[in-house]
Amino acid sequence: MATQFIVHDKADTVGVVVVEDVRPGQELTGWIMQTDETISLKALDAVPLGHKIALRDIKSGETILKYGHDVGRAVADIGEGRHVHTNNLKTKRW
Amino acid sequence: MARYDFYGFRRENGRVGIRNHVIILPLDDLSNAACEAVANNIKGTLALPHPYGRLQFGEDLELHFRTLIGTGSNPNVGACVVIGIEPGWTNRVLEGIAKTGKPVAGFSIEGNGDIGTIAAASRKAQEFVQWASEKQREFCKIQELFVSTKCGESDTTSGLASCPTVGNLIDKLDPLGATTCFGETSELTGAEMVCASRAASKEVADEFMRAFNAYQEIIERHKTSDLSESQPTKGNIAGGLTTIEEKAFGNLQKIGRKTKFIGVLEPAAAPAKGAGLYFMDTSSAAAECVTLQAAAGFVVHLFPTGQGNVIGNPIEPVIKLTANPKTARTMSEHIDLDVSGILRREMTLDQAGDRLIDIMIRTCNGRLTCAEALGHREFVLTKLYQSA
Repeated sequence: MATQFIVHDKADTVGVVVVEDVRPGQELTGWIMQTDETISLKALDAVPLGHKIALRDIKSGETILKYGHDVGRAVADIGEGRHVHTNNLKTKRW
Repeated sequence: MARYDFYGFRRENGRVGIRNHVIILPLDDLSNAACEAVANNIKGTLALPHPYGRLQFGEDLELHFRTLIGTGSNPNVGACVVIGIEPGWTNRVLEGIAKTGKPVAGFSIEGNGDIGTIAAASRKAQEFVQWASEKQREFCKIQELFVSTKCGESDTTSGLASCPTVGNLIDKLDPLGATTCFGETSELTGAEMVCASRAASKEVADEFMRAFNAYQEIIERHKTSDLSESQPTKGNIAGGLTTIEEKAFGNLQKIGRKTKFIGVLEPAAAPAKGAGLYFMDTSSAAAECVTLQAAAGFVVHLFPTGQGNVIGNPIEPVIKLTANPKTARTMSEHIDLDVSGILRREMTLDQAGDRLIDIMIRTCNGRLTCAEALGHREFVLTKLYQSA
C-alpha cells in the first residue's frame, strides 16, 4: 500500500510526509515504523516532502514528540492534519 | 564473510589505506602557492591548500599540528612533501609524519624563495609519485578498516532512513572488529542523554558529557539567537527539520541500535583503545568534521544527506547516500547510494545496510566515489580561537 507519511514511534505527535504532492483535504495513509501499524489522517495544509504533519490536536506550550522523544514545544495551537514547522514549533534549547 | 574483505595498500606501520595519494602539504597559508605549483609540475600529486598556520598558539596550535601530521600520516597517503615558510615548524610536521615510516620530505621558503623551493620540492615529489605508482593493493580484512561517518544538509528523510542505514552498517561491522567514528558534538543537543547511554562505560559517558557541555558553553557564550538557520541550517529547515533536538535524534541514528562507543577522541586524535566505535569532539560543519576524522586515520567515510550536501575530502573518500527521492533524482551525480526505497517500503533497513556495505567495499577496492569523480576536496582545518 502506498504510504504518504511515516511515524517513527507510537508515542509521536507528528509524522513526516514522504511524497512530493500532499494537498489540503487529501486522505493520507501512514506507517508507524516502531509497531509496523498503518494509520490514516486527513491533511489540512499542503505539506511538502520531508515536512511534519500533526497527528492530533496539539495545544500551544505542549511538548512535541518525535522518535518518542521531546523535540521542542508548540508555540501555537496546531490542529490535527496541519503542517508543523518553524511557525509553530520551537527548540527548548539555546 | 567474503564480502567484507578488500584490497588495500598496507603501509610501513602496518595500517591499511584504500587510496595511494602523494600529497603536497603546506604548513601555513604562505606556502599554498608553492604547494600548488609543485602539484601542477608533478602529475599524480595533490596539493592541500588551507588558510592557517601562522601565529597560532596553545591548544589551537596543538590542533593545527595534530591535524597536519594526522593528514600526512593517514594510510591513504603513500608519501608526503611538506612545505612551510620557515624550517622549524615545517620539521615538526615532517618528524610527526616520519614516525609512520612512510617517505616524507620537508622544504622551507625563507632564504630560498618560491622558485628554488618549488624546484627542489618538485624533484622530490616526482621521486615519491613514481615510487608510489608501483605500490600494489594487498588482501585486507575488515578488522583493518577505519570507517568514519557524519551527515550533512540533513532533512527528515535522514533520520527516517539514510542515517539508520549507516547505523545498520555500524551494527554489522562492530562485532567483526572494525574501527568506526562519529562526531558532531553540537548536533547531539537534545539527544545527549540518549547518546551518553550508548557509552560502553560510565567513564566514557562522563567523558562524552564533559565534551558536550564544553561545546554548549561555547555556543551559549557567542549566540545571538536560537541558532535557527545555523544549526539547524537553512537547508535543514527547507527540508522540514525544525529544531536542533529533532535534528539530533536523526543524527544519532547513525550509530545504530546496539553498538556502544568505547572512547571519546579529541579533534583529530587517533583511536588508542583498539577496534570499536569512537565519538570524536568535532564541529558539525561537514568539511571540518571529515577533515578531523581523516586526520585521525579514518580511511573511508559514510555521509548521509537529505537536501544534498556535496562535500568531499582530498584524502578520505566520502560515500554519499540519501533517502530523499527528490535529491536522488535532481542531484544524482552526487549520490553513491539511493535508499529512498525504504520510505516507499520497497527496501528494508537490513537490505539498505547490506547495499551500503557493498558500495563501501567496492570503494575500498578502488571505485571512485561521486565526490572523487567530481573533484570535491574540501580540506578545512578547525580553528579554536583567534591567532595571536
